[in-house]
Parts: sequence; structure tokens; C-alpha cells
Amino acid sequence: MTTITRELPAHRHSNAWYLGWATILGLLVWSWEGAGMNPSLLLRYGGNVVSFGKGFFPPDFSDWRMFLEETAVTIKIAVWGTTLAIVCSVPLGILCSENMVPWYVHQPVRRLMDVFRAINEMVYAMLFVVIVGLGPFAGVMALWVHTTGVLAKLFAEAVEASDPRPVEGIRATGATWLQEVVFGVVPQVLPLWISYSLYRFESNVRSATVLGLVGAGGIGQVLWEDVRGFYYAQTAAVMVFIIVAVSLIDFLSQRLRRVFQ
Amino acid sequence: MTAVQVTSVSKSFRGGRRALDRVSLSIAQGEMVALIGASGSGKSTLLRHIAGLVGADRGEEPGRIEVFGAEIQSGGRISGHCRRLRADVGFVFQQFNLVGRLSVMTNVLLGSLGRIPAWRGTLGLFQNAEKHHAMEALHRVGIADFALQKASTLSGGQQQRAAIARTLVQKARLVLADEPIASLDPASATKVMETLATVNREDGITVVVSLHQVDYALRYCPRAIAMQAGRIVYDGPSTGLTPAFLADLYGSERPGSAPAADPGHPPLGPVGSAALAYLS
Ligand SMILES: Nc1ncnc2c1ncn2[C@@H]1O[C@H](COP(=O)(O)OP(=O)(O)OP(=O)(O)O)[C@@H](O)[C@H]1O
Ligand SMILES: [Mg+2]
Repeated sequence: MTTITRELPAHRHSNAWYLGWATILGLLVWSWEGAGMNPSLLLRYGGNVVSFGKGFFPPDFSDWRMFLEETAVTIKIAVWGTTLAIVCSVPLGILCSENMVPWYVHQPVRRLMDVFRAINEMVYAMLFVVIVGLGPFAGVMALWVHTTGVLAKLFAEAVEASDPRPVEGIRATGATWLQEVVFGVVPQVLPLWISYSLYRFESNVRSATVLGLVGAGGIGQVLWEDVRGFYYAQTAAVMVFIIVAVSLIDFLSQRLRRVFQ
Repeated sequence: MTAVQVTSVSKSFRGGRRALDRVSLSIAQGEMVALIGASGSGKSTLLRHIAGLVGADRGEEPGRIEVFGAEIQSGGRISGHCRRLRADVGFVFQQFNLVGRLSVMTNVLLGSLGRIPAWRGTLGLFQNAEKHHAMEALHRVGIADFALQKASTLSGGQQQRAAIARTLVQKARLVLADEPIASLDPASATKVMETLATVNREDGITVVVSLHQVDYALRYCPRAIAMQAGRIVYDGPSTGLTPAFLADLYGSERPGSAPAADPGHPPLGPVGSAALAYLS
């Protein structure tokens, strides 16, 4: 009589499993030095953290009028940067879509958008500060270029996922290419486009708060100047303004986005 | 006058499948013609060629397609005037191909795009006369009550009639309908076929309609063209379609000659047998 033994299949990790972990650990060790990792500094200067933290309290709101104005400037930068980007992303997004234009159009346009997107807003801001001078307009330009790269790609993805049949229905009436876009594609993708645009506006308000660090205006510039001047009480007040403004915009924009879904 | 003249048109898709094989046919103005054949026999491909939506093979013997005496494509090249010619050719698709988020009225108005100045059409500046015309067309197909509703909220049969209204606004002299009733229930199907027959009878519009239901072809179309594997195998009065011929047309499909598992198309067996039942 044979007994049937039911053993669990031996669980063995494959070589790839060990290799994967070894790679990750190796990467962390290799990066330790370059990143200047030194936790002991935190311990040694722990006292600094406490006194630094004490400096923040109580926040000094005496300049609140100026903070409010500068917060408004930051939002205005985001409004214009995003709006200009949306206006450019509509045609560029169509020109990035492989179902709308031949490859010799969408390939170069897409690469251009990759370039726009690959470089961070802060880097653009530094460049535009050199070109157009210190101030909010450099911030607008920076957001415009970067956001165009992002939105054109998102817009194109929506266009590529749209239903080709209504478009063909319009083509069959003898419509032009542009009319196919206007009446066949845009109505289909508009809700998505609006939603993407609002989302980018939210994140541009956040980005705009730091653009001031390179001299591109707004509340970020105030923040930077206060930190550099060791005015921690003011810094704390500015941060409260930023948090409130960003949360408020996020909240409103999310409510609005829900309408278009 | 001939409405459609197709001369020796072939079309091979990538993968070597021959969807059209030296097709020639001629349709006179005012005719109502049924295009029948098993799934994959090339009906849609033929209609799309006639509308100039796809170009035929270049090939050694260049095919030609003329619509009302004007060349819409030749030797695989779509004519430069195709936009103007397409305005004469209304297309009704199986899946309606309306823009779901636009109102029924706007969808129907879009039919005039090929006739009005391009800038005005692009901006959507339709004139009152055009709007009246659209409303009239909606009345004719019996869906005027839904004019301001979004097209996507209409039933299949209503959407299909809106598509026919669009061809009326387009002032198309030829209507190509690709399986307009394939996704409709019998009552809606009858309404849509009646509408097509009415515009054919009252306006003298030439209608070519591809159908899976042979009984509808017999009821509404005096002439039938049958296709099999990209070739025309019958062209004559629809009363001349014998049960034996239809059995062969739908039954003797070689395995692999049609997309075996194409979820977009209903299986043909029951349709063919229903047609035979009707004939016997
Ligand atoms: N865009 C395409 N690419 C590749 N093959 C295609 C394409 N369009 C059609 N075909 C093929 O051409 C042949 C004819 O197709 P067509 O759609 O014209 O048939 P049909 O008679 O309309 O069929 P059905 O009744 O199922 O609609 C089929 O074998 C199909 O697979
Ligand atoms: Mg078909």
C-alpha cells in the first residue's frame, strides 16, 4: 500500500530574485556617499532643529497685506501660464496624434513636446529670468513651456483614444480635415481636456509658489527672502498662506473637475 | 445618367487578403439596389471605395470609380475633388457614426458642411435656411421631437434615421447605406428601410444598401448585387435570387474565407436560413 504524501512544493527563490535585491542594495550603498548621507548630523545638530522650530512660532502675520498680494501674484502666474499652455496644446495635441496626422508630422512634434516636458519649470524659470528679467513674467513663460509639453501629450492621448466612426461620418459629408477635428474629435475629447487642464492648473499653482526662488516673482520670492534673512516668524506666516491657497485651489478645481466627468 | 460606375476595382489588404477582386458594376440614377453577401465578402469595402473613403489597389489594371460621371478615384488615387464629390454621396453606417455628444439637430446640420463655405462651416455658423432645412429633414424621417437631445440618448433606430436626415441635408444624390439595420430590432429596421425607400421614391435619390437580411432586400430593392469573396456573383432582379443560390452564397463559405471570430458581426447561419424560409 502506498501512502500519498502531499508535500508543499519546495519554495525556492530564483537567481533573478537574489540578483534583483543585490542590485537594489548595491544602488543604495553606491548612492550613500554621493548623496552626502550623514544621519549623525541630525543628532549632533538636533538642538538647532528645536531652536529653528521655535523661531517659527508664533508666525508673524504683520505683513499679511503684502503676503496676500504676492499669493495673488502666484495664482495669476499659474492662471496665465496654464491658459497660454492650453491654447497651444490644442493644436499641438492634435498634431501629436497619430490618428490625425501622418508620421512625419506627429513624430517631430512629439519630440519637441518631449523636450518641453523633460526640463523642469524651475530650470525654464532660471533661463527666462535671464531673457526677460526678474519678475512674474519669467514665471509665466516657464509654466507655459513646461505645461504645453505635458498637456499636448495628454490631449493627444485623449484624441488617439477617441472613436473614429463619428469622424468618418463627418468626413463622408465632404467636410474638411479641420471640420472633422472641430465637430468629430473635439466634442468627444472636450470633457477629458477640461479635466486635464484643471489638474495642470492645480499643480501649476503649487509649482508657481517655488518659482520665486529663482526670482520669478510671487509668494515664493517672499519666502526665499525671508528664509535667507532668517525671518523665521515671517517664513512661517508665508507657508501658512501657501498651504491655504494651494489647498483652496485644489479643492475648487477638484469640485469643478467632477462636473466635467 | 449613371449614378455609380465601378470599373475593374480590386483591393488587397495587408496580409494578402483580396477584399475586392476586379469588381465592375453600374448603377443608374434613381435605382434602389441591395448589396448582399456573407460576412467578409467585401460589401463594406466596396461601399467605402465608392464614397472615396479608401483607395483601391494601384495594380496593373487600374480600377476606376465614377460618381455621377465624375471620377472619385482611379488607379488607387483619390481624386482631388473628392470633398466636393463626397457632398453628393451620403453615407449611412451600421454604427450610425453620429457625434454622440452633439445634439441631433447639430449632427444633421453637419450634413451641409460639404456645401457651405469652409470657414463658415468650421466656425459652426449655420444660417437660418440651413437650420430650417435640417428641421424639415428631421420631420421627414419622423424624429423632429428629439432635435435638441444629445444624439447618444436616441435609440438605434432613431439614430439611424438621424443619419438619413443628415444625408438629406447634405442634398446627397446617392446614399450608400452599410448594413443600416444590422443592429436594429425588426420594427426599427422596417422604419429605417421605409425611410430609405421613401427618399428613393420621392426624391429620386439613388440608394445602395448592404443587407444581411435577404427578406428586406426582396421587399425593398428591385435589384440585388450579391458578393462572394470579393467578387460579384449575381447582379439582377432580386426576384431572381433562388433558394439554391442563396444557400450557396451564405452556406458554402470556405472555412477561413471570413473572419471566423469577429464579434462585430452576427453569425450568418440563422440569417441565411431565415431568408430561405421567407423564400420557400
Ligand atoms: N482595414 C482592413 N484591414 C484589413 N483587412 C480588412 C480591412 N477591412 C476589411 N478587411 C477584410 O476585407 C474583407 C472584406 O471585408 P468587408 O468588411 O468589406 O466585408 P463585409 O462583406 O462588409 O462583411 P460584413 O457583412 O461582416 O460586414 C474581410 O476579409 C476583411 O477581413
Ligand atoms: Mg460590412
